[in-house]
Amino acid sequence: MAKIGVLIESKGGEVRKTTLGVMAVIRQVPEAELFALEMAPDVEPCREVLRRHGADRIVAIGAAAELSSFPEEKAAAVAAAVDHFGLDALLGSSGQAGRDLLARVASLKRAPLVLDCLEVDLARGIVRKSHFSGRTIATLQLKTGPWILGIRPNVFAERIEPRPGEIIPYEAPVTFRKRITVRQIRRGDAGGPDVSEAEIIISGGRGVGSAENFRILRDCASLLGAAVGASRAAVDAGYAPHALQVGQTGKTVSPKLYIACGISGSVQHFAGMKTSKVVIGINRDKDAPIFQKCDYGLLGDLFEIVPALTRALGPDGTA
Amino acid sequence: MKIYVCLKHVPDTAANIRPLAGASFDESVKFIVNPYDEYALEQALKIRESGADAEVVAVTAGREAAVSTLRTALAMGADRAIHVKTDTYFMEALETARLLHEAISRDGSPDLILTGRQSVDAEGMQIPYRLGVLFDLPVAVNVASFSMAEGLVTVEREIEGDLREVIEMSLPCIVGATRGLNHPRCATLPDMMKAKKKEIRVIPQADLGPEPAASVVELLELKTVPDRGRGKMLVGSPDEMARDLVRILRENKTL
Ligand SMILES: Cc1cc2nc3c(=O)[nH]c(=O)nc-3n(C[C@H](O)[C@H](O)[C@H](O)COP(=O)(O)OP(=O)(O)OC[C@H]3O[C@@H](n4cnc5c(N)ncnc54)[C@H](O)[C@@H]3O)c2cc1C
Ligand SMILES: Nc1ncnc2c1ncn2[C@@H]1O[C@H](COP(=O)(O)O)[C@@H](O)[C@H]1O
Repeated sequence: MAKIGVLIESKGGEVRKTTLGVMAVIRQVPEAELFALEMAPDVEPCREVLRRHGADRIVAIGAAAELSSFPEEKAAAVAAAVDHFGLDALLGSSGQAGRDLLARVASLKRAPLVLDCLEVDLARGIVRKSHFSGRTIATLQLKTGPWILGIRPNVFAERIEPRPGEIIPYEAPVTFRKRITVRQIRRGDAGGPDVSEAEIIISGGRGVGSAENFRILRDCASLLGAAVGASRAAVDAGYAPHALQVGQTGKTVSPKLYIACGISGSVQHFAGMKTSKVVIGINRDKDAPIFQKCDYGLLGDLFEIVPALTRALGPDGTA
Repeated sequence: MKIYVCLKHVPDTAANIRPLAGASFDESVKFIVNPYDEYALEQALKIRESGADAEVVAVTAGREAAVSTLRTALAMGADRAIHVKTDTYFMEALETARLLHEAISRDGSPDLILTGRQSVDAEGMQIPYRLGVLFDLPVAVNVASFSMAEGLVTVEREIEGDLREVIEMSLPCIVGATRGLNHPRCATLPDMMKAKKKEIRVIPQADLGPEPAASVVELLELKTVPDRGRGKMLVGSPDEMARDLVRILRENKTL
């Protein structure tokens, strides 16, 4: 029976949705034993959710509070847990935090690492991920274990499948070298929800024309419960901060709905949002490339269409 | 101080990649310096220009053609370059890291190693971390701001939720650059000419010892991702189109 670990990301006692998606990947294999690795000092608040989503065991990695400012020591603790419990694989969300920790653990263990997986077949050790900025999908065969895998956020939906969720405390033997210290975590300049894990994104491009005009996107976003994104042209022109940029040199996103407003649809922009489930293009140029690769196109002036969309979504919307 | 910058030779991000049998693709496309690695190199050049007594060495592991990435790096201002010449295009991350580690440590003792956040071909997102273990040095990746004083490096790293981590690391260390760190300079034609005189040391892969026997990840196949086809165009006034769209999205449970 395969033992598979999942790095649990939680915030204020609440397990992140992306983590629940990762657990669902493992629950596709009924015989797998799922070890939820929690770095929080108190795992009790998350227990019920983890149990319901299929955790056979919940490993409470001790000294977690002291580890939080020391990425190297945190990785060493996780690597020690992988050894201690004899895990055959370790999975986590491929957001920035997960990526960093998974890569550190894999490097320590000289283990195979594939980040940003779009498909995972644990039984055969086959994974698929993007190569060449989303232009091709690579099929990779994992060999010697333990396999360390990061899953792209939002690609897998959560799945309810209760398991015992037995809590096992584990004191990881860690030597503190303190070569890297996180001194501070500060807000970026995006203001508003982050695009990386948003389920709905409304993005603006050069066509939005100014920073002030981004307000019409924010108005629409608040009714959609969406995050606001931007193209590189919009970021370079100073209409939006870099934290909002979607694309090859920005963030990679996989929302269920992506609305591109005044964005032409360049290859590099698509590199970051190609795996969105539904893509909508709003553009005044009927020949804009975006219309060649979207699900629905709205031809016209975004300054008329976006406010109309906001109205249609609002309480008086007649849709 | 000795600064090593790892640069990868990759297809242009706009290039149309055509997969061929197995793990190969039609390589008759334009190649460039991996975009993130330009931020890494620019940072190294800035440190040297700020008066630190620094030597900037560009390093790549790749086939014959990768030399053009080193030429660009030299034209931008790197002092010299090392080319680990390999036979295959796609290498396992473990092997790439091993080659870079061997080549660098045989050349000198690094005070700082700069890389990009990720390569745009394999998108492995791991070489700097693997180098960290091989050199036993601290690593921070996705770095958008960098400063250095008295043996201490302070970087800002983008993390999710629109947050930035402010991290302190002891030198020597490894830093993976991302966009926002700086604005890479463009090499001019005269720079390119001058760069021809700079040294590029070629090391055949075989000279760096045998490849470890066990392969851990094998690339089986590349497949083109089809673009989603032409979108269904909605018709009518802005209000009509908007109402139509909301109805469709509610019907198919997107909203
Ligand atoms: C190495 C590299 C990395 C890159 N990384 C990224 C990246 O991460 N993200 C990214 O986005 N780009 C990236 N790019 C840039 C990319 O190639 C494009 O230049 C960029 O995406 C264009 O942004 P845009 O669509 O907003 O602007 P444009 O291409 O100028 O398009 C603007 C669109 O707005 C439409 N428009 C104008 N006014 C209106 C209006 N009133 N109503 C409706 N429509 C209107 C126009 O018809 C046009 O189609 C990268 C490029 C390179 C070389
Ligand atoms: N073959 C290579 N030669 C030199 N540097 C490389 C090579 N592969 C990766 N790198 C460096 O490692 C970074 C991360 O690459 P990757 O782990 O492939 O995403 C890149 O941005 C480069 O700086």
